[in-house]
Amino acid sequence: MTLDFVSNVDYIWALLPEIVLSVWAMVVLLAGVRRPDDPPANTAALGWLALVGILVAAVANGWLYGVTSTADAAMITVDPFRLFANWVFLLGAGLTVLVAGPYVTRQRLQAGEFYTLILLATVGMMFMGGTRNLILLFLALETMSIAAYVLTAYNRRDRKSAEAGLKYFILGSFSSGFLLYGIALVWGATGSVHLTEIAAVVEAGAGFTGLLLAGMALLGIGFAFKVGAVPFHMWAPDAYEGAPSPSTAFMAAAVKAASFVAFLRVFLEAFPTLYESWYPVVWWLAVLTMVVANLIALTQANVKRMLAYSSVAHGGYLLVAVAAANEMATAGLLFYLLVYTVMTVGAFAILMIVSGQSEDRLQVEDYAGFGWAQPVLAVVFTIFLLSLAGFPGTGGFMAKIYILQGAVESQLWMLAVILALATVVSYYYYLRVAWYMWMRSAAAGNDHARVWTPLPVWLALILSAGVILYLGVLPSGLLDGAMTSAQGLGVVRDGLLGLRP
Amino acid sequence: MLAEALVLSAILFVIGTTGVLIRRNAIIMFLCVELQLNAVNLSFVALSQYIGIEGQVFVFFIMTVAAAEAAVGLAIIISIFRHYETVNVDNFNLLKW
Repeated sequence: MTLDFVSNVDYIWALLPEIVLSVWAMVVLLAGVRRPDDPPANTAALGWLALVGILVAAVANGWLYGVTSTADAAMITVDPFRLFANWVFLLGAGLTVLVAGPYVTRQRLQAGEFYTLILLATVGMMFMGGTRNLILLFLALETMSIAAYVLTAYNRRDRKSAEAGLKYFILGSFSSGFLLYGIALVWGATGSVHLTEIAAVVEAGAGFTGLLLAGMALLGIGFAFKVGAVPFHMWAPDAYEGAPSPSTAFMAAAVKAASFVAFLRVFLEAFPTLYESWYPVVWWLAVLTMVVANLIALTQANVKRMLAYSSVAHGGYLLVAVAAANEMATAGLLFYLLVYTVMTVGAFAILMIVSGQSEDRLQVEDYAGFGWAQPVLAVVFTIFLLSLAGFPGTGGFMAKIYILQGAVESQLWMLAVILALATVVSYYYYLRVAWYMWMRSAAAGNDHARVWTPLPVWLALILSAGVILYLGVLPSGLLDGAMTSAQGLGVVRDGLLGLRP
Repeated sequence: MLAEALVLSAILFVIGTTGVLIRRNAIIMFLCVELQLNAVNLSFVALSQYIGIEGQVFVFFIMTVAAAEAAVGLAIIISIFRHYETVNVDNFNLLKW
């Protein structure tokens, strides 16, 4: 099927996954409605309903592979980059829905709205990955962010959740202001909000250079906030620690992935000719993020906050791929995002299990003795931790290797070395949790015998662990997909090869 | 006229940014964020004189987003006020490293 966007119906086909998911979100919302005297909604049933919507959207996404788009000027693109990113978002949303059930039940959160917000945030992410129009990008980003603010502040009975929600909201909307101002200035300088048209104007040397550079800088600041790059990361640990754990898993995995996808697309498609101006900034952001986040993570005794800093640190590794800006690095970034989503949601699922589906027992000492009390869960958790640390044999290792390869192809030697060193440092705080789990005996009164892991959680854990081990051994299939998806993005640096020592 | 409008919009944006950074009352911080967004709106309207009418369309989108953000933001502020009986962000210190 070929779409030329002459007829408006073509937009419906091009947006099929998003439309399916939006409609399904409304269905889930309605299904969750209860009158005050009704019995509470069935959380598990609503979860399965939301999951079906995600699966249908995934089918629609797969169907889009058979569709070719001939119009480049449309607001929405049908390129493999978008479709690959959609897989990541749908996977993150699906796993979150699977693991959230017990937590939502035990904390008595309103399930219908919770799953609806996850679905709507996912729709926002899919638009972020699929648009070449800066205004649509802003709307998509806000669709995702506003849903994420609510998800953060979702537990109204919990002080921490409200506090995290407020911090995330203030800094999130603050950064959106920067992003928007950047869009306005870029539009003023080039007369277009379409990425390829901006690139054409910039390449021709037309447009107002001062305004353009200011706009690009503001866009960069906005994205740096959104991806949580040091020094714009201060919202991230607080928001991640205070939010209800399922929301944290979703934000750390999918929201971050969406921000990176949009970051990469905007800078590689709109400003490839200005690469020399923006890459030093991204270089420094990457270095600062990797070093600072890993060092602070070393000092954390709270596992949830440690995972929050680990998420910031992973953002640093991903920024290396943005700085490298070649096809290998872009493919590495996509591969990394997929593996990262799976292992992050998995790790948070175990964290929820250990904490008894609540917000206590999050300290690393609380993991003492978990290994021998719940060997299967502990083995799965160890796999996630090893993959987060980037141990050989896991998907996390291969993902880091591909990003390193991208950095090396662009001759960013320093970044590659720092990435490797930061990874070694990160072993300490990941393995410390594993060490407590297996080598320490449980404190009195802290028995791990009773944990609540219903079927959906097991499903998510087995799927996640399976994906990580599979990609650790046989990564080439997914890498080929990522390479195809990265085509056309990131020819920037290749042209410079050989020009620099 | 364009230069003046852009400078005014930049000044408003800086006032908004400074406000978020130095004020400690959550509602004032939120108002400063709104000031940022409206500074951008001014840029869009001013630039649309020279580039095209779509700038004024963007302003409507931004106003819609700002309204949605206001709804969620005020709800969050109310929810935290119920816990702390204050909206001064210096009092919110459960989360720190």
